[in-house]
Amino acid sequence: MALDKIWVYCEAGPEGVATITLEMLAKAREVAGTVEVFCGTDGAVCAAELGDHGATAVYSTGDLGGRMQGVSVASAVAAALSSGSVAAPDAFLLGTTYDGRDVAARLSVKLDASVLSNVVDLRLDGDRLVGVEPVFGGTLNVTSRFTDGGPDIWLVRPKSFEPSAVGGPPAAVVDLPVPELGAAGAAVVLDRFTEESEGPKLDEAAIVVSGGRGLGSAEAYSMIEQLAKELGAAPGASRAIVDAGWVPYSYQVGQTGKVVKPTVYIACGISGATQHLVGMKGSKNIIAINKDSEAPIFAVADLGIVGDVHKVVPKLTEALEGR
Amino acid sequence: MKVVVCVKQIPDPADPGALDPGTKTLRRDVKLILDESDSYGVEMALQLVDTAGEGSVHLVSMVPNDEVSGLRTALAMGADSATLVSDEVLAGSDALGTARVLAAAIERAEPDLVLAATESSDGYTGVVPAQVAELLALPSVTFAKEIAIDGGTATVRRQTEAGADLVECPLPAVVSVTAGVVEPRYPSFRGIMQAKNKPVDNLKVADLGIAAEQVGWAGAGQEITDIADAPERAAGEVVVDEGDAHERIVAFLDDLKVI
Ligand SMILES: Cc1cc2nc3c(=O)[nH]c(=O)nc-3n(C[C@H](O)[C@H](O)[C@H](O)COP(=O)(O)OP(=O)(O)OC[C@H]3O[C@@H](n4cnc5c(N)ncnc54)[C@H](O)[C@@H]3O)c2cc1C
Ligand SMILES: Cc1cc2nc3c(=O)[nH]c(=O)nc-3n(C[C@H](O)[C@H](O)[C@H](O)COP(=O)(O)OP(=O)(O)OC[C@H]3O[C@@H](n4cnc5c(N)ncnc54)[C@H](O)[C@@H]3O)c2cc1C
Repeated sequence: MALDKIWVYCEAGPEGVATITLEMLAKAREVAGTVEVFCGTDGAVCAAELGDHGATAVYSTGDLGGRMQGVSVASAVAAALSSGSVAAPDAFLLGTTYDGRDVAARLSVKLDASVLSNVVDLRLDGDRLVGVEPVFGGTLNVTSRFTDGGPDIWLVRPKSFEPSAVGGPPAAVVDLPVPELGAAGAAVVLDRFTEESEGPKLDEAAIVVSGGRGLGSAEAYSMIEQLAKELGAAPGASRAIVDAGWVPYSYQVGQTGKVVKPTVYIACGISGATQHLVGMKGSKNIIAINKDSEAPIFAVADLGIVGDVHKVVPKLTEALEGR
Repeated sequence: MKVVVCVKQIPDPADPGALDPGTKTLRRDVKLILDESDSYGVEMALQLVDTAGEGSVHLVSMVPNDEVSGLRTALAMGADSATLVSDEVLAGSDALGTARVLAAAIERAEPDLVLAATESSDGYTGVVPAQVAELLALPSVTFAKEIAIDGGTATVRRQTEAGADLVECPLPAVVSVTAGVVEPRYPSFRGIMQAKNKPVDNLKVADLGIAAEQVGWAGAGQEITDIADAPERAAGEVVVDEGDAHERIVAFLDDLKVI
């Protein structure tokens, strides 16, 4: 037995609907009869792509200008449900993203409903959903469900599901008005900055080359960038070097960073702490370079090189040049 | 300026204890320490008060078991005082139950600014700060990399998928701080000695006007149905570099047809 209706929170950027949204739509179609989308952007822009991925309607606040996604979208949804203008879905799916968590948190208070976070799998158990959450750095999988009568609010980790288009007609665009927000809505975005990054995005690249503390210094990270450039790969990092300020947070792979599942992941000078592994052990192939033959990263590597990154990486880059 | 910092006391991540097979939750009978994620919020608060030239830093923590060692660490860093909500009935709380308790304790402190971490190291749901804000009808900015206070306004640089947003927010407000954005100071010997005499207000759930059924197991809107070991990935070949390991990597990539 499936659920009647799921609402998926849609995030979108200049390149269209975010991958996390399409991933959740694919899963939602599997477990619910009706799949609709809600968003804090102009829904009309995304209607065709959302329909193609199986959403029949997109409830849209329109462009929020500088207002924050979390409070605006949650308030709009809560107002629509309490006015009875739309029937409550059985479940909300949102990505474990910057804005997804804000929307889920505000919505949970407004609907007095619990949130299950960091879910990497969802399945039907009878006529209800259960979700799987990795804990202790991904060494244990915990399955949970709601007991509060819902609606369920699930926060889903990116890269948990495969997007799949079904070729549906454009989703119907429905207005989702934002009510008066009062003090809670007083934060406004004054300016938006884009970090220039060359090459593919970390969570979409076919190859990821990551560096860790074994590089020894911030300057040495340039050898990771050079190798990544040669391979058409995205550069990544362990938290140790993000915390040390060698690279920005957006490079971080792991429990508190990005989940990546590339064809090849190359870990250079990374020990392989469980919190790092949880972000990359879904990669199809893993290569590790570490001078310590006992490093835990070797336990998940398809090819392990016991060696000095300062020797192996430059030679590898050179060997790849001109290929 | 009064800054309240939420500090969670958690089992040492290096030795996190175990999940209780009976109740299917994390066992809290181990010693708890200051969550490293919150050391950034504490440091940020101390710096903001320094910059403002006046003000105080007050901590709020919720535990089921009277633990104060994490609070003492943050007091030793320089925070002025603390509220500890400690009550057996809090065991098993979900994030929403936690947020209710924190919100009630924070409200009593009448802060200008509330800081928390973006996510804790153990539960890492990442929803508590915005839940607290919603319960208190306050604006919130999550994932702060930088905070500047000017009179009654905070200007926050917020991490985003694309880069960063510059967000302006009137106070009082809730701001969650990203790990690694400031360098948490080590408590000095003097700080540690002084921390022993700093005021810690001990409260029970009933003192906050919250019913026991709203928190802990009774109030949690979720339950664990199964715990299983995650599947392990098999190790492959390990080669010691003799000066030609890069050739092995090139051959491996060639086989995969990615170069
Ligand atoms: C709640 C929580 C969340 C976390 N989230 C994340 C996360 O999202 N991502 C993450 O990465 N970490 C995360 N961590 C941190 C994690 O536990 C590790 O501390 C971190 O991954 C270590 O980074 P590292 O491997 O670069 O450094 P280290 O553990 O210091 O390892 C460096 C490695 O480099 C090797 N090395 C040294 N010199 C050389 C050389 N010349 N050539 C080759 N190898 C060399 C060493 O043998 C060592 O194995 C988290 C921790 C906690 C508690
Ligand atoms: C492995 C694991 C998974 C869990 N999954 C879920 C889940 O999916 N949904 C759910 O509702 N609950 C979950 N819980 C329970 C949840 O962790 C607790 O309710 C916890 O008290 C609050 O959630 P958090 O630590 O995840 O908060 P987060 O939102 O990650 O915390 C953000 C910040 O809020 C502040 N804060 C949070 N808790 C406290 C506190 N007790 N005292 C002071 N400040 C605090 C800290 O600054 C913290 O860094 C889980 C617990 C564990 C151990």
